[in-house]
Amino acid sequence: MLNMKKTILIALAASSTSLIAPAAFAQDQVRIVGSSTVYPFSTVVAERFGRTSSYKTPIVESTGTGGGFKLFCAGPGPETVDASNASRAIKGSEVELCAKNGVHKIIEVKIGYDGIVIANAKGAVNFNITTRDIFLALAKEVPNANGDMIKNPAVTWSDVNSALPTTKIEVLGPPPTSGTRDAFVELAMESGCKTFPKIKALKSSDKKSYKTLCHTIREDGAFIEAGENDNLIVQKLVANHNALGIFGFSFLDQNSDKVKAAIINKVDVSFDAIADGSYPISRPLFFYVKGEHLKSTPSLKPFVEAFISEAATGEDGYLSDRGLIPMGSKERAASIASIKAKMN
Amino acid sequence: MTDHPLSKAALPGLAARYRAESRFKNYGKIAVIFSLAFLSFLIVGIGFKGVGAFVKTEVRLEVSQELIAEYGDDSFTLLRKTVLYNFPDAKGRSGRKAAYNMVAAGAEETLAEKLSMMEGSPSKFDLWLPTSDDVDIARKDGLTEEVLNRFPEVQRAWLISLDKQERFRTRFNVGFLTNGDSRDAERAGIGGALMGSIFTLLVCLVFSFTIGILAAIYLEEFAPKNKFTTFLEININNLATVPSIIFGLLGLAVFLNVFGMPRSSSLAGGMVLALMTLPTIIISSRVSLQAVPPSIKEAALGIGASHVQAVFHHALPLALPGMLTGTILGMSRALGETAPLMMIGMVAFIADAPTSFTDPASALPVQVFLWSDSPERAFAEKTAGAILVLLVFLVLMNLTAIILRKRLEKKW
Repeated sequence: MLNMKKTILIALAASSTSLIAPAAFAQDQVRIVGSSTVYPFSTVVAERFGRTSSYKTPIVESTGTGGGFKLFCAGPGPETVDASNASRAIKGSEVELCAKNGVHKIIEVKIGYDGIVIANAKGAVNFNITTRDIFLALAKEVPNANGDMIKNPAVTWSDVNSALPTTKIEVLGPPPTSGTRDAFVELAMESGCKTFPKIKALKSSDKKSYKTLCHTIREDGAFIEAGENDNLIVQKLVANHNALGIFGFSFLDQNSDKVKAAIINKVDVSFDAIADGSYPISRPLFFYVKGEHLKSTPSLKPFVEAFISEAATGEDGYLSDRGLIPMGSKERAASIASIKAKMN
Repeated sequence: MTDHPLSKAALPGLAARYRAESRFKNYGKIAVIFSLAFLSFLIVGIGFKGVGAFVKTEVRLEVSQELIAEYGDDSFTLLRKTVLYNFPDAKGRSGRKAAYNMVAAGAEETLAEKLSMMEGSPSKFDLWLPTSDDVDIARKDGLTEEVLNRFPEVQRAWLISLDKQERFRTRFNVGFLTNGDSRDAERAGIGGALMGSIFTLLVCLVFSFTIGILAAIYLEEFAPKNKFTTFLEININNLATVPSIIFGLLGLAVFLNVFGMPRSSSLAGGMVLALMTLPTIIISSRVSLQAVPPSIKEAALGIGASHVQAVFHHALPLALPGMLTGTILGMSRALGETAPLMMIGMVAFIADAPTSFTDPASALPVQVFLWSDSPERAFAEKTAGAILVLLVFLVLMNLTAIILRKRLEKKW
């Protein structure tokens, strides 16, 4: 049994040295956290960057936009992350948090646009709806004929708008933790909400209740939280022809033989319609770079340059094959110029 | 005269009791059949979906010497020119794009390798190149009209004619087992995640086994029985039921923020998982120590062995099989965990396989999670394939547990 003792001792010794050992980890490897919507694009650039340059492949974590900023703003030290992906612009409160922890040089990099689609199965009826219909179908409280707020009574789509089919309202969408949900609520629900003059008037007088009215989704089963996994929503739509689903444009692009998108405010979703802004539910995508790390992580600057290169985010760049909608050439040129100025 | 106590008249409820017994047996059978049905449904479903990940489609293209002479140094351009040479009707930007989409991203490596190994210079030769994930999946789906509709018109014609000329073949996909993660489905593999899982489990084993067994021996054999140790015992039992994400938060706060361990490393991951498996190991080790007949230890003490000698020379070897089983069961649970790893940054896109404990690493269940969320449809197959590998890994670990137990078991 002496051997047994020895092994235990050796194992203990080994474990204690490994406890002390982690001292110098400052490696030149870009670390990115943040939005799960930007993740598919960020990883493609990271992989190409690792393959074609002499630098290491950056590590990309999918933490969600808010979670990403928390890590990003943790401090300027080398153990913190270098960049954060975001499916919305950074909030004032997040800039404050960063500043409080000593992160002052935040460089915003806009990479393009993403569209959110409302889709159903290929064989099902075509939907042609407005953002007002979306609001009336999905809000928790809607105005009645007199303009008073009542609990949403709509059961079928034809209750919302007589031109729509008589099927039950059944919409599968992302949970509140998702950036897609934030964008959907802000872009689709709020724009439909604003079409009621009485509510619109609230915006200037009582912003808080305006937000609650426009942003609260009904909880009586018509809207089903389907989790963060967009593939799952596509599968459920194929199985249930009455349901509609809310997800990102890239998933529609990949599954165009299974699902089709609804026409919203008379605009059919397409690459061009999102790029020129005529499709109502589209949002810009960003990543934020920690200026303090440009020196300590030498591969950070080349990585950002690879990301904003014509080959990646340009009009025919490889990210457009993955479903990213590139910026127009003028907007892109201006954005690149300002990023380059900030990095030098 | 009274009835015999066992006669039918004395036991009026006998028939009902028999009926109840057979009903109960039937309920039990139904329960077993149900669970078996679900399990086989799951495994068969995943098996069908995932088996495709282990094979890939290759397409035979003609390579001409003229092109090699012109573009030989730049294999990427040579590949593109070769593809266009094979599909001469690829016109315009979209036509060229469709043609490039016939072969896999990274197929130029196969081409370059072939060129470097070639002897002589025939004017033309045939070469099998991996196809893109779209073509691969379409061929696995059977090239029906519905499947072909996914492609642009010009590409449909190519697919049909290539299939007719038998210029497609299926080969074992070695890359799936050896490659790291990639955003190109045809290049993505679980090699990196597998290495990450192995590293993580090694760390987890070293920490949880040594600490767990020492704690169990001390608590069971040496610790005084007082209020404090009872309190400790209750806490350990409660820890075994704490949701795993809590351990992830703890790891983030202690290992990463206080000790400054590298984020995403298998060292930090293994230690978090070790925390999670510790209670399981301590409990099962104590139970197996309790199961050793006290007479054995008492005999050792009786002939003059010290307490430590009695425990380490006599009780421990007998308890070891049970301890090992508990450890491996704990390890199996650790192998399947994703939630605690998320907090310490192991749920990430990591393209390179880890080569040390401090390298950024991912793990098998993490890979399953990440792939299942990818928009490209080829990743559905990869997800199922990765699940199969994870299941095989689990079965192997549990088999080891059974074999170890059989080997080390002693009868008294």
